[in-house]
Formats: sequence, structure tokens, C-alpha cells
Amino acid sequence: MTDTVLTDQVSAYLKRRARWSPLEIAFWVFAFATIWLFPGKYLILKDTAILALFALSLDLILGYAGIISLGQAAFFGSAGYFAGLVAKYGVITEPILALIAAGFVAAALGFVTSFLVLRGSDLTRLMVTLGVALMLGEVANRYSNITGGADGLQGVDIEPILGRFRFDLYGHNGYVYCLIVLFICFVIARRVVYSPFGLSLRSVKGNPLRASAIGIPVKWRMVAIYTFSAGIAGIAGALLTQTTAFCSLDVFSLDRSADLLLVLIIGGTGYLYGGLIGAVIYKFLQDWVANLTPQYWQFWIGLVLVTIVLIGRDRMQGWIASARATIENLGARMVARPAKLAAPDGK
Amino acid sequence: MLTILFDGVAYGMLLFVLACGLSVTLGLMNFINLAHGAFAMAGGYCTVILVNRFGVPFALGLPLAFLVTALLGGLFERTLYVHVYARSHLDQVLFTIGLVFMSVAAVDYTMGSSQQFVQIPDALQGQINVAGIGMGKYRLLIIAVCGLLTIALQLILTKTRFGSRLRAAVDDQRVARGLGINVGAVFGITFAFGSGLAGLGGALGAEILGLDPTFPLKYMIYFLIVVTVGGTSSITGPFLASILLGIGDVAGKYYVPKLGAFVIYAIMIVVLIWRPQGLFARSTAR
Repeated sequence: MTDTVLTDQVSAYLKRRARWSPLEIAFWVFAFATIWLFPGKYLILKDTAILALFALSLDLILGYAGIISLGQAAFFGSAGYFAGLVAKYGVITEPILALIAAGFVAAALGFVTSFLVLRGSDLTRLMVTLGVALMLGEVANRYSNITGGADGLQGVDIEPILGRFRFDLYGHNGYVYCLIVLFICFVIARRVVYSPFGLSLRSVKGNPLRASAIGIPVKWRMVAIYTFSAGIAGIAGALLTQTTAFCSLDVFSLDRSADLLLVLIIGGTGYLYGGLIGAVIYKFLQDWVANLTPQYWQFWIGLVLVTIVLIGRDRMQGWIASARATIENLGARMVARPAKLAAPDGK
Repeated sequence: MLTILFDGVAYGMLLFVLACGLSVTLGLMNFINLAHGAFAMAGGYCTVILVNRFGVPFALGLPLAFLVTALLGGLFERTLYVHVYARSHLDQVLFTIGLVFMSVAAVDYTMGSSQQFVQIPDALQGQINVAGIGMGKYRLLIIAVCGLLTIALQLILTKTRFGSRLRAAVDDQRVARGLGINVGAVFGITFAFGSGLAGLGGALGAEILGLDPTFPLKYMIYFLIVVTVGGTSSITGPFLASILLGIGDVAGKYYVPKLGAFVIYAIMIVVLIWRPQGLFARSTAR
């Protein structure tokens, strides 16, 4: 009797949590509106979309499972090379199929490496993830007859999407493609995170010992989310290769993983939009600073990181949460609904 | 064959001097300092400026590099690092990576991105032959200096009052604090000293490792390997780990040049899977 009441309550709670808020809808409407709003900026917009997807993948393991990784580039890079190679040798010519295949390749790699990563402390994890990415980079360098080595993978010819939409010089189709893929991946990730599975992940992050005491298979939850996240990262990497028709050793670099952490920190971890917002801010910051001092923008990136940590991420997330609450209240009032929206999920 | 072994030992010794400061910071404060290489770079550039530009003798340049970096390390520790000790590992990683980026760009800006060389006195160049093994004089110097330093460190750590305080603080910070040991001060001094050693290592190693603005990023992983493989509870662990790493790396580059660092990373991962606490760590996990 009480059991059914409880189940009802839980499912009602989950549904309430998973409801799309007006702010989210506005976010995506604006995201798709950029296709018409900024016609001259497709290249940077496309990079932003890819970065956002990549950051989303890190957020899944960092924000929801608490795994610090400096090696997300391993999946990004290997799927990027996979997409490039299948296109170059004509194994899978349809970009969308190749994209999905690349995602699965990266996920498989994530599954295999997850057992290495889930052992040990934060530092061990950091080292192992970093080590895996560096090893893959060395392998790509070693077999330079296949990968092109330091010169990068050249001669990649990507067929039109669905046989109709060709990747044009201005990046219009490329951007639309990336944006749609980003949206689809986001919806899937959102579904995963708001499911009971996502809830159990949060409990694992909060206290693994207690989580296992109430019957959550901690290890398998971690393996599952790590694999999923690797798949998303792989899709991001494959997108980069497909839209640029090029892939170089730089996809495995430490800078890429480190930048990704920064993106996520700017946007905030533990709510899916962190990666997306962070990517937008980061890209425009990078563009702006790189115009000012082309060579030394790394300095300012470093400064931003140091400042963020010294101010304290909790405090900044507090500001963001209160800003969000204000905007959501405003939005709710404008829609002329009673302001009884649930509290924002951002911790 | 023996020459490779010799070079490997020299390289390993150098890595030890570079990384031992890091192992103490990690063990003592559980603090992940990815910016350790930046101090090594500071030492290297300090020597370059002193020796090449102002004509300071090389033998004087090394201790000066130590002093300058130690001061720099102490300054950073007191002003910036103090705020980050209690934070999560993620914050520490972000903070120190930020510092690395800043140091890389700052050095690039002031010194240019090309590789720098220290002018080494003529007496230290060339090789000598002992029993058919060619040994570079400079590498011999490195082994001598680093060997002496290691012995000195071991003596300080085991025989002096400061050493026992440090060990007590590493073993159990709270109890040490309860016994009236000023852990903060011990840590500050150790951090400065460790940075100084890194600076000295950077100065000595400029010739072998190469010195350019990306130094901290390039060698960060090596320092971390030394520390994670060696464990953080003693200095013999990191010492053995760095010797192994040095020999392995030199031999790997000599015999399988195309695979490069692959072997090293693979070994590291295997070791970390096998013994997450480090190869030479005591069995009692913290």
C-alpha cells in the first residue's frame, strides 16, 4: 500500500525534475536561431557546437559521477581518426552512419579503459586517463603511414550528408549538422541524467559507500556512464574530422583535455548546460583575446583558471544559481503563471 | 649498452632532483601540484640569464638558480597556494594548470619561444673513457651533484629535528599538529626547498632535457610518473622510480625510437593498475 504511494511519489518527482523549463526552450530556440542570426560566423559557431558537445561528455563523468579526467581527448581523437579513415578509404561514406559508428568505437574504447580508470584515487585516475590519451597519441604517431603522423590525416573526402547536403566552404551545412547532432546528443544525455539511473549516479558521487549499501552497483554505474561519456566525446571528435575534412595528432593533446576542464569550470559542472554555456563563453573569449594578443592568449586562459579557483567555484555557482532563479521567476511571471517552479537543480 | 645505462642513470638522477619536491608536497598536503615543472623552468631560465647574459660562472649560477626558485616558490606558496590546500582535487588541478599556462605564455613573451642553451665551461665538455665506457663529463657532474643531494636529503630527513617533524606531518597531519608542530610552517619551508631543488634540476638539466617555454607541460607527466610510481611516503621510492624511468626512457628511445614514450606510459599504467599506491609504497594505505 505505502509502497505504491512511494513509487508514485518518486515517479512524480522524476517527472517534475525532467520537465523542460521555459528557459531551456528559449536556450534551444536561440541556439537554432543563430543559423540565421550570424551568417558570417559559421566557422566559430561550428567549433563552439563541437566544443559544447565535447564538454557535455566531460560533464557527464565529472559533474554526475565525480571522475576527474585529463584524458577525454583519447576518445575524441580516436573517433576523429576513425571517422577520417573510414571516409578516406570509402568504408562508410555516409557521414551520419560514420558518425554513429565512430561514437560506438569510442564507447567501446571507453568501456575497455573504464576498468583501468575506476581504480585508485583521484591522482591515479588523473594519471591513467592522461596516460591513455598520451599512449594513443604515440600510437597515432608511430603508425604515421596510416595516420599521416605529424602532418595530419590528409585527403579525407566527406560525402554529402544523406547524399544531399554537401559540406560547403562557408560552413553553413556543417554548422547546422553539428547543431542538430549536439541537440540530439543533449536530449539523450538529458534523458539519461534525469532517469532513475542518473539519480543513482548522483548518489554514487555523493557517497559511494552508502550508495553501495542501499544496493546500487557502484562499479557498473561508473562503467556505464564512462562508456556513455566516451561515446559522446567520440561523436564530437568525429564531427570535427567530418566538418574540417582533416585530423591531426593535436586531437590527443593534453591542452585539449585541459581546455575542456576550463570550459566546464566556466559553465559550471553538474547541470548539462554548464558545458554548453562554458563552450560559448570560452570560444568567444578565445576569439576576442586571440585577436588582441594572438600568441599569448594562453596566459589569459591561465589567469581565468587561477582566478576562478581563488574566488571559489561554489561561490560562483551560487551567483549563477541565483541569477537563474531570478530569470526563471521573471520568465514564469511573464508567461503569467504562478511562480511555483521547482528550485533550480544546480547545486 | 653500458653507456645507455650510464646516460639513463644520469637522466634518472636529474628527474629525481626535479620531482622530489613534488613528492613531498603531494604526500604532505595531498596537494596535486601540476605547476611543479614551472619552477624547474624558472630555475633553468634564471641560469641562462645569469650565465649567458651577465657572465656569472656556471658553478655560481647553479646555487643562485636554487635560491631564486626557492624564494619564488616560498612566495607563491604563501600568497597563492595556501588558499587552495583545503580545496578539492579538481580545484587544485585547475589552479595549477592555470599557473602552468601562465608561466608558459609569460616565458614565451619575455624570452622568446626558441630553445635556450646554457654555456657550459669547457672543462665539463667532452667525454672520458673508463674501462671502455664513454662517459660525458657533464653527465658525470650531474650524477655527482644529484647523488650528493640525495644523500643530503636522506640525512636531513632521517637525522635532523626538522626531518622528523616533516615525517611526522606526512604520516599524520592532525596528530602532528596536536603535538605542537607548526605544520603550515614546515610545509612552507618544504615547498620552497622543493621548488628550489626543481629549479636546480632545471638549471642542470637545461643541457640534456632542452629548455623552452613548453618545458612544464612536456615534463609534467614525467614528474607525475615518478611520484605516482614511487609513492609519496619516502624519498627512496621516488628515487628508485626515477632511476628506473630514466633508464627505461633512454633505452626505449635508443632501441625502439619510433615507439617513443609509448613504453613509458604503458609501464606507468600497468604499475598503477597493479599497485595504485605506488610501487614502493608501504602496504598500509592512507
